[in-house]
Amino acid sequence: MNRYTTKTFALEMLMIAVAIVFAFPVYVLVNLAFRAPSDTSSPIALTQSPTLANFTDAWREGGLGGALINSVLVTAVSVLIVLTVSSLAAYPLARSTAHWSRGTFLLIMLGLILPFQLAALPLYQTIRDLGLLGSVWSLVLFYAGLQVPFTTFLYVGFLRALPRDFEEAATIDGCGPLTAFRYVILPMLKPITVTALVLNTVSVWNDFFTPLLYLSGSDQQTMPVAVAGFVGQFVSDWNLIFAALLISIVPVLAVYLSLQRSIINGFAGGLKG
Amino acid sequence: MTTDLQPRRRTSAAPPWWFTLPALLLFAFVVLVPSARGVYYAFTDWDGLDPDFAFIGLDNFTAMADDPDALQAIWHTLLIAVAITVLQNGLGLLLALGVNTAIKSRNLLRVLLFAPAVVTPIVTAYLWRNLLGPDGAVNSLLGVFGVEGRNWLGDPDLALWMIVLVVVWQFAGYSMVIFVAGLQSIPKEIYEAAAIDGSGPVRRFWSIVRPLLAPAVTINLMLSIIGGIKLFDQVYALTGGGPGHATDTISTLIYKDAFTLGEFGYSIALAVVLTAIVAVISAGQYTVLNRNEKAAS
Repeated sequence: MNRYTTKTFALEMLMIAVAIVFAFPVYVLVNLAFRAPSDTSSPIALTQSPTLANFTDAWREGGLGGALINSVLVTAVSVLIVLTVSSLAAYPLARSTAHWSRGTFLLIMLGLILPFQLAALPLYQTIRDLGLLGSVWSLVLFYAGLQVPFTTFLYVGFLRALPRDFEEAATIDGCGPLTAFRYVILPMLKPITVTALVLNTVSVWNDFFTPLLYLSGSDQQTMPVAVAGFVGQFVSDWNLIFAALLISIVPVLAVYLSLQRSIINGFAGGLKG
Repeated sequence: MTTDLQPRRRTSAAPPWWFTLPALLLFAFVVLVPSARGVYYAFTDWDGLDPDFAFIGLDNFTAMADDPDALQAIWHTLLIAVAITVLQNGLGLLLALGVNTAIKSRNLLRVLLFAPAVVTPIVTAYLWRNLLGPDGAVNSLLGVFGVEGRNWLGDPDLALWMIVLVVVWQFAGYSMVIFVAGLQSIPKEIYEAAAIDGSGPVRRFWSIVRPLLAPAVTINLMLSIIGGIKLFDQVYALTGGGPGHATDTISTLIYKDAFTLGEFGYSIALAVVLTAIVAVISAGQYTVLNRNEKAAS
């Protein structure tokens, strides 16, 4: 299985061909984003005199800077909240064998199948009554609650596989439950925290439906909403649109490429749990 | 070690219940209470604004049964979800089998093929809207091979499948990574022993890989079918539900009915139907796959 044979070489070529097919849309995206609007040659022909003008125009006219700041703020704060409350909740849920614990866990897991469209519409009314419509804080609140089930699920699965020895030793040494959590449990949770951090960041950053509801008509936007607005505004100016799309995916791809090893390994960890 | 000290030590080590309180409150405020209220609104004629609204029983649901747009949207939702599940996981499994071999570029390929899955779906959908346009790159590419281009998103017979294509393109790498994780949990010894015993690749796949891959299959099927049922962003960006209502799903109809038609009650009734579909499919899937996993282990 480990010998590099002619068959392996053929497979390698096939897989590279498949990857090229997969990457084709990205080639077109980059190719057109650097192309002047006056250049009307085929979208698959390599751009002859690339320009940066689309990027500066898109950045200036799309309000992408403000959207970027909002997206970073919303994602960072809500993911921090959800990681904190979910890891804390997972600790008794994974350890206690009482009835309330099992019931609470199942209740929270119900959130995994409830479609967000069901909660998002009635919550729209509450958000409006609280005067939070159009504010990015409504989104922080929304994601902090929405991501609880999935994150708690990850933490509980991980905790159940961890031995109790350390925390029991800490309790015998006179640690209170909070101290034991902070100094014994939390450090042991680090691998699953990285996985949960990345997966939550991706889903919060990428969400479109909720900010479309809660922020529409306001000058506060997140990246996906700003991009959608930009497409609506510059309907057929695709070179400009592609520059905006490219700008918007750079932060996500940067995070992904720097953390890809732990993301991909995180899946393997999740499978064992 | 059956002294009576042990149980007492256990209980003292058990973390207190109030640790769950912050998570539970947030979850209740954002998901649980609004969902319960949603179920109530589904039986009213609320328009989303007027504080005076009436309880109308099952009227929203009977209206739905007579609404061709709603029935079509439910059908589209199921069709898209099944098509995505089959194609995304089929392709994901093939890719996983491909990169889980001795080829030199396997790590690079994994990183590349997974990359689309982290990009904002609304962004990839806009990209594809252009690629599939009448003057887009797909038609240009087909032109190179002498194949006549088509209006992929403007043709009611094709548009739905284009949405499936875009979702599969974006998330096949996601399925692949989960399958790779599953494949790597299969001990090499079993596989090699079978090869020495003279079983061919197909036989080895069917008798060893397939049963041991069951947990990865469960996770993948759950994720893709639920994701497919809830699909909104890609439809919104690619076709907006059109042409006509050819690609409307329950999600896009919920959005249109609530925010452009002011039919909040009716829209929430659609969301309840969506929830029921997700619940039935999840429960069915859980039962079947759980049985398979148990049988396999």
